[in-house]
Amino acid sequence: MTRTCLFALLSHWRRNPLQLITFLTGLALATALWSGVQAINSEARASYDAAAATLDEGQYDQIRARGDGEIALSSYIDLRRTGWQVSPIVEGEIEGLRLIGIEPLTAPGGFTGVQLDEQVSLGSFLSTGAVLIHPETEEDLSGNLFQNMEIVTNRNVTPGLAFTDIAIALELLQRERFSRLIVADQQPLGRGILEEVAPDLIVQKAEHTADLGEMTDSFHLNLTAFGLLSFAVGIFIVHGAIGLAFEQRRGTIRTMRALGVPLGKLTVLVAFEMMFLALIGALIGVALGYFVAASLLPDVAATLRGLYGADVTGTLNLRTEWWASGLAIALLGAFFAMTGKLWSIARMPLLASAKPRAWVIATGRTRLFQAFGALTLAAAALILLIYGSGLTAGFVLQGCLLTAAALALPLLLDRILSLLQRSSRGVISHWFWADTRQQLPGLSLALMALLLAVAANIGVSTMVSSFRLTFVEFLDQRLAPELYINVEDAAQSRALDAALEKHARESLIVLSTRSEAAGLPVEIEALRLGETYRENWRLLDGSPKAWDWMEDGEGVLANEQFARRAGLWTGDRVTLQEGPEVEIVGVVGDYGNPLGQLYLDETLFLSIYPDAVPVRFGARTDDPIALRDILTAELGIPASAMTDQAAVKEFSLQVFERTFTVTAALNVLTLSVAGFAMLMSLLTLADLRIPQLAPIWALGLTRQKLGQLELIRAVALAATVCLFALPLGLALAWILLAIVNVEAFGWRLPMFLFPFEYAQLWLYAFFAALLAACWPALRLARTPANALLKVFANER
Amino acid sequence: MRQIGTTLVFPLLETQSLLELTRIEKSFVGNEGKIPVLKGVSLSLAAAESVALTGESGSGKSTLLHIAGGLESADAGTVKLDDKDFSHLKEAERADLRRKKIGIVFQQFNLIPSINVAANIGFQARLNGEFDAAYIDHLAETLGLKAQLQSYPETLSGGQQQRVAIARSLAARPKIILADEPTGNLDETTAGVVLDQMLALVSETSAALLMVTHSSTVAARMQRKVHLSGGQLT
Amino acid sequence: MNAKALLFCLLLPFSAMAQGFAGLGTDAEGFAIPVPGTQFSFPADHGPHPNYRIEWWYLTANLKGDDGRDYGLQWTLFRSALAPKDDGGWKSSQIWFAHAAVTTPDAHYATERVARGGIGQAGVRASPFSAWIDEWYMRGDDLDRLRLSAQSHEFAYRMNLEAQGPLVFHGVDGFSVKSAEGQASYYYSQPDYNIDGTLTLPDGDIKVTGTAWLDREWSSQPLSDTQSGWDWFSLSFDGGAKMMGFRLRQTDGPDYTAATWITPDGETESFDDGAFIAVPQNQTEVAGRQIPTLWQVRLPDKSVDIIVEAINPQAWMDLSIPYWEGPVQVRGSHIGKGYLEMTGYE
Repeated sequence: MTRTCLFALLSHWRRNPLQLITFLTGLALATALWSGVQAINSEARASYDAAAATLDEGQYDQIRARGDGEIALSSYIDLRRTGWQVSPIVEGEIEGLRLIGIEPLTAPGGFTGVQLDEQVSLGSFLSTGAVLIHPETEEDLSGNLFQNMEIVTNRNVTPGLAFTDIAIALELLQRERFSRLIVADQQPLGRGILEEVAPDLIVQKAEHTADLGEMTDSFHLNLTAFGLLSFAVGIFIVHGAIGLAFEQRRGTIRTMRALGVPLGKLTVLVAFEMMFLALIGALIGVALGYFVAASLLPDVAATLRGLYGADVTGTLNLRTEWWASGLAIALLGAFFAMTGKLWSIARMPLLASAKPRAWVIATGRTRLFQAFGALTLAAAALILLIYGSGLTAGFVLQGCLLTAAALALPLLLDRILSLLQRSSRGVISHWFWADTRQQLPGLSLALMALLLAVAANIGVSTMVSSFRLTFVEFLDQRLAPELYINVEDAAQSRALDAALEKHARESLIVLSTRSEAAGLPVEIEALRLGETYRENWRLLDGSPKAWDWMEDGEGVLANEQFARRAGLWTGDRVTLQEGPEVEIVGVVGDYGNPLGQLYLDETLFLSIYPDAVPVRFGARTDDPIALRDILTAELGIPASAMTDQAAVKEFSLQVFERTFTVTAALNVLTLSVAGFAMLMSLLTLADLRIPQLAPIWALGLTRQKLGQLELIRAVALAATVCLFALPLGLALAWILLAIVNVEAFGWRLPMFLFPFEYAQLWLYAFFAALLAACWPALRLARTPANALLKVFANER
Repeated sequence: MRQIGTTLVFPLLETQSLLELTRIEKSFVGNEGKIPVLKGVSLSLAAAESVALTGESGSGKSTLLHIAGGLESADAGTVKLDDKDFSHLKEAERADLRRKKIGIVFQQFNLIPSINVAANIGFQARLNGEFDAAYIDHLAETLGLKAQLQSYPETLSGGQQQRVAIARSLAARPKIILADEPTGNLDETTAGVVLDQMLALVSETSAALLMVTHSSTVAARMQRKVHLSGGQLT
Repeated sequence: MNAKALLFCLLLPFSAMAQGFAGLGTDAEGFAIPVPGTQFSFPADHGPHPNYRIEWWYLTANLKGDDGRDYGLQWTLFRSALAPKDDGGWKSSQIWFAHAAVTTPDAHYATERVARGGIGQAGVRASPFSAWIDEWYMRGDDLDRLRLSAQSHEFAYRMNLEAQGPLVFHGVDGFSVKSAEGQASYYYSQPDYNIDGTLTLPDGDIKVTGTAWLDREWSSQPLSDTQSGWDWFSLSFDGGAKMMGFRLRQTDGPDYTAATWITPDGETESFDDGAFIAVPQNQTEVAGRQIPTLWQVRLPDKSVDIIVEAINPQAWMDLSIPYWEGPVQVRGSHIGKGYLEMTGYE
């Protein structure tokens, strides 16, 4: 019996290969979208980690020689012999590679990003010589470099880098002295004083300012949000595909039951068949996702290159987390969709015939359920919005809102259509709207998917664009000086200050100290108030007079992080640990900074911390190159102590251009998936609609006209959906920017609107809907007359 | 009176009867509340007996047929087939009974569109594991379907499709055949031929035949005739 | 000792350690191998022996604080050779490790250092004696008077040591056999130092005085591969006698033991396999494993039948090579104190 039944069930696909293809494609697309986003996300994350581990030396303090000098072995030994836990590094270029010599016995753990002894014995690293590189680097390796050395490849090493023992590196680079020393986090008691042990060396503190790491985290958040949204769209499509497969075989299943196949058996067989097909679809989807990710990854890699200034692998690894999650989603989605359908088979009267009209009435209860669900979820979203806190609440809020909107969509559309139906005069248009309304239940899933896809795209585009705009503004604000100059001591500081007074349009100082205020750790920063701050710094809150008050020593500015953490805002007073109580006269946005900061006027700052000396200056000038030359000539400041800010800014901006490319590509993908969902639904309805259209045709409407009406219908529905998608998408973006980001990073991103982009998205969505409607409409227009006549011949 | 009468008329046949419907009640829920369709209908069929069930449109004859086949369950009353009470059987057991003992011919043919004619004819027999190729060949031969065995249902004419459905209902050698207007969708000439073929094949077996029809011509070909009206048999 | 043996398991391919090279003078990789009857030459032998794979300067001390509490202290410098040579400079094949620890009745602080040889970061000079790694040191004009220092981010100590008796030699004139197959090491000790100084702990400084024991040992052979670990005792009894005993745990039969009895005058008597018996009495869960921290120890030839108990059972050295090492108290036929090291408890 099993074989006979299975044969009958499966024969459906053999006879209708197109339906099989649609089913598999639907599942595959949903899986591909999800796993593609996941793949990019996990690959990017892994690459970040590798890059951070190998290159982000920001986590360790460094010791360098004053000026451009190198560090002698004797200085290193002297430091070690007085308790300094430091490890030497020598680095240089060799045949296009960046060769980094490390001292494995003293290097802080995990410094290379690789657990050394897992792959290569310390003994051979030290004695026979081993070099650690990325597999891609190995391919580009020239023949005689690293001759007689053991070449160890590891994917966690940043491409373009080669790690080797310092003794070997010194030899290869033909050097005797070190480039720098890394200072371990833990230092022993009673350590010597650096100035006494090695007066020519200085400690360079770990960089914590303008932490790009957090910016990249925000980029991840973008992708994660996109992943979640694409998941929602994907689930709708899986649901639609399964629903379609059941709908098409309702008759067969009924006949089989009438002929005595027990329900239990049939259920098991159908479940087995569906899950098997879902698995195939999902596997295709994972493969597809791999290609999507692989084609987008070069852009992600480029983003990372921008962030870290280093090569990151452009190839994709099959990481369990994304292919397994892709499979799981497809199978779970299929399972849930199928359970619902099996349930309806079990309850379906054995011989009830498929009357479309009855179908609409039967969905009356479904509709009530949808309305109830939408209301409940909307209420939940409202409660979360008011009382919720935490990242999870933010994401749940997003989920509630999305689902509520999706559930409410068919009801809203129904209202609108019935309004149109009532207000239409012509017979045809009256029929047209009524007919559209009747089709709504069959199309609602596809329309929901379209709604989510368009809303998700509007939301994510808004977020990314707002992010980019804010970031650019932030760069302008924080990196306004054209030239940054570092000095080493108080005398140089005074000399430079004087020189800048003479040669620069305006000079700024970078001077700060760690302290405590309102019971929180805070960085107190001195500002030399002038045109630059007044023009570039955007106050999130506070009067424009704030700058004057600050200049008079009456008030301070707080960054958003501090203000939020301390629960203080403009007008509140805060007591500094070192004494004075001051008023917060304004709050500034400080994106990507993990630290709470207070900004004081330079004079006030120096009155509290009289010993502080600025060793970093910013200069406003129209000709940074000339200024650079003057400073080198007059004060002997080495070129390496000066940074041309324009280049840094340019670099950072490139990062977000890349983010954009990826987002745009994903936009197109989601919309095509939604378009596909629509196509499937329309195809399903097409067969059911022949008997409904036959009388209209018989009454004198040509098949061409009917086809045209089908097209108009699809576009009209898509347009309405897009209209709803706009507020939904903006709400999503608002949640991402104002809630999720605040919860995740402690700062709120201002939201900007991009009407042109939305219009473009709409256009894409119309196009997708039109494309989806084309085929069914064409088919209808070409329906042979006798197929329509048959409707009258054998009444169904 | 009549209602009681029917059971009283054949009290002695009770043990030999194949199908026994007793005081069947069924109502449907419509817009104006509960509408009773069957108000205590009793009917019994003996082996090899053929009975025509006639009635107005909407009189509930199809419903009665479905209840007899276990496709629908009655609100009250019992259905016995081969001394087994349907009303007390679980869904799976009812399906089992239907598969092994009942052949059904619907008005709308209800063929499985994705398998060919041969597979459709043999479907129920195969479910039972009693596929008898020679018998099926005989059925196809008699019904004139030999040339269409490899075709798919959608390519057949209405008359041909109904012949396939008839062949399918007989192929599993059921004890009883329930037919719902099997010739209702066919033109008069074809209907006559199909009916002849069907009755000839049924008479080859000892199966009982309960046929819903509104045609008096068809009804006249049956051994017995019952009429459903106002929810009761006359 | 196995902790030290493990060190060079980490660094060297173990497989080359074939058995049966004893007596040939070198092994397959060219490392020198201890041979019986070798005469020590001092002070030169206080310095390193780069032709041997592994060597250590191992100091443990039982201390009493001015707060009346018992403390223990460890300072160990290991040398491990990748090849039997010392070319000096960056080419050096020598690697240095050091462990330092302070044990209190309720806490245990341990830390380590690693350095490559040849660049001056770590090393040992025989005369005037100096052993150092980074800022840690053990140095003096000779081995009789030493200054000792080590620190981590949470503890530090500075000590002065003064020898009270002569060096003692284990096994046969310092040739100490470690297994039935003949693995052996050169092994001598200075078991009798008076020590005083200051411990710096998170709660503040403590002045301490007590006794210390220095072991010097070098070899090229790790333990036999049927030996899973090591329990080593250095005990000082009231009245001045001392005893060193170890048990090498065999996986394939009875454990291999050896001991040295040291009279108050510094006279020694060595005992071969079987004379020394150490039986665990109680286990403590330490760092997720069961470690014997209460022992019955017997040397019937010297009427020794004692209970040895850890002062702090949690004296776990949670370092790159983890092991247990801490001060102990002795009761039974003899009263006293000492140090216990246990390795190979996985």
